Amino acid sequence: MTAILKLQNLKKAFGAVTVADNQSYEVQRGEALGILGPNGAGKTSMFNLITGTLKANSGRIEFAGKDISGWSAARRSHAGIARSFQVPQPFSGMTVFENAMIAATQSAGLHGHAAEAHCIEVLEQTELMGKANVLAGSLTLLERKRLELTRALCTKPDLLLLDEIAGGLTEAECQSLIHTIKDIHASGVTIIWIEHVVHALLSVVDRLIVVDFGKLIADGDPKAIMESPQVKEIYLGIEADA
Amino acid sequence: MDWLNAVVQGTLLGGLYALFAAGLSLIFGVMRLVNIAHGDLIVLAAYLGLTVTTATGMHPLLALVLVVPVMAAIGYALQRGLLNQTLGDDLLPPLLVTFGLSVIIQNALLEGYTADPQKLSAGALETASFGLGGLTLGVLPALTFAIAVVVIWGLQRVFYHTPLGRAFRAVSDNQDIAQLMGLNRRHIFGLAMALALAVTAVAGILLGIRTSFDPSIGGGRLIFGFEAVIIGGLGNLWGTLAGGVILGVAQTVGAKIDPGWQILSGHIAFLIILAVRPNGLFPRISA
Repeated sequence: MTAILKLQNLKKAFGAVTVADNQSYEVQRGEALGILGPNGAGKTSMFNLITGTLKANSGRIEFAGKDISGWSAARRSHAGIARSFQVPQPFSGMTVFENAMIAATQSAGLHGHAAEAHCIEVLEQTELMGKANVLAGSLTLLERKRLELTRALCTKPDLLLLDEIAGGLTEAECQSLIHTIKDIHASGVTIIWIEHVVHALLSVVDRLIVVDFGKLIADGDPKAIMESPQVKEIYLGIEADA
Repeated sequence: MDWLNAVVQGTLLGGLYALFAAGLSLIFGVMRLVNIAHGDLIVLAAYLGLTVTTATGMHPLLALVLVVPVMAAIGYALQRGLLNQTLGDDLLPPLLVTFGLSVIIQNALLEGYTADPQKLSAGALETASFGLGGLTLGVLPALTFAIAVVVIWGLQRVFYHTPLGRAFRAVSDNQDIAQLMGLNRRHIFGLAMALALAVTAVAGILLGIRTSFDPSIGGGRLIFGFEAVIIGGLGNLWGTLAGGVILGVAQTVGAKIDPGWQILSGHIAFLIILAVRPNGLFPRISA
């Protein structure tokens, strides 16, 4: 296996608040990595650093063997990094299909019929085809989350970052979303998934990282990590000796 | 019949105001930039037309073939080289910078062309007229109105039926997300300014054929443009045309009552609409 993403001594602080404290880890091509941590631990900031929305204070990020630390968000998108947002942020005045087309034409560089065909394929995969001509602003929460996924996939990503995509959904909605995410992973896309809905996360990922105060406090097999006293104490708030 | 004549003439004049306003509307819609130098850019286009026509002897309308691409290129360079740097969460820097730009353009025109009033000569077209149901309409005002309708229809097509328009709407909706979708915001803004100044070029040439101009008249054209945009509702191009028409009609009807009231009555109409419908008559439906 080769590393698709490499973080080396990544540091980011907002004044006294450190959101990335010397983080170093690798993600292998084809992996599905889960990220757990309490609110404010720096999980979303980690995504912002990887996609280029935030610039690190120091350290470097490598993607597919290239140092992308100085690249703009748009360039990283072209290179194959895509993300979904915890709070869906569709282009609300545009239709679902137009939202998808922006990603397909701008990031994936497709044109005309090829772009349309790609969007249709993705919309079918994410089960939004029936809503293609609806304004994105009028979608339900589940549909908006699916649109986040659709747009990210339309960029033809190699690395997909999912930010609490299962949050706020009913159990049935969550299950159908898990099914879709498994499909995406099976198609060869590397996934990093931040999630508080632990059972959803564990049903997909094959590795888990736990962060707190911007530091990695655990990294490895999901089952072993969920059993570790340290994680139980910090993340689940259970006393270590309980 | 005199009143009907005033309304019809005002409507045709509104086409010119809509052309003044379309570029402003487009720029504000795409990048929330209020361009104080817009009126001076219209005058700049008129002077470019003057240079082309005097140098080549071309008809001013034919000179559009040169002036439109030159203005578009100026727009792209201006946006990438200067205005992009001023855009952010704060509305003040672009206001100040475009205000400064307005001063610079006026003074540069004064240096280059002197303060003498100039006019673009369009020959027989200027005085040609035709009869319509008892009214006599000038060919030039009618042509101006027709051009305004075509330009606005074209902008509307670009906005809603082309990949470029989709990109405009995406950056307008959410710049940060658009960047994550691989859109280069700076380039898209450059293209929007290029398109806006291409329209401005048309407005400038038609202005120069219709009336005499000197380097100082940009401010007045800016006000007419702003008023048309705000009457019509921000971000709505057909609304901008309607706004231009309302402004034009108010002016000609005002002038009919008393010739001194022409400009004033346009401003009064604007103030009334601003008071009654602060969002304009046809605000864009926001999601």
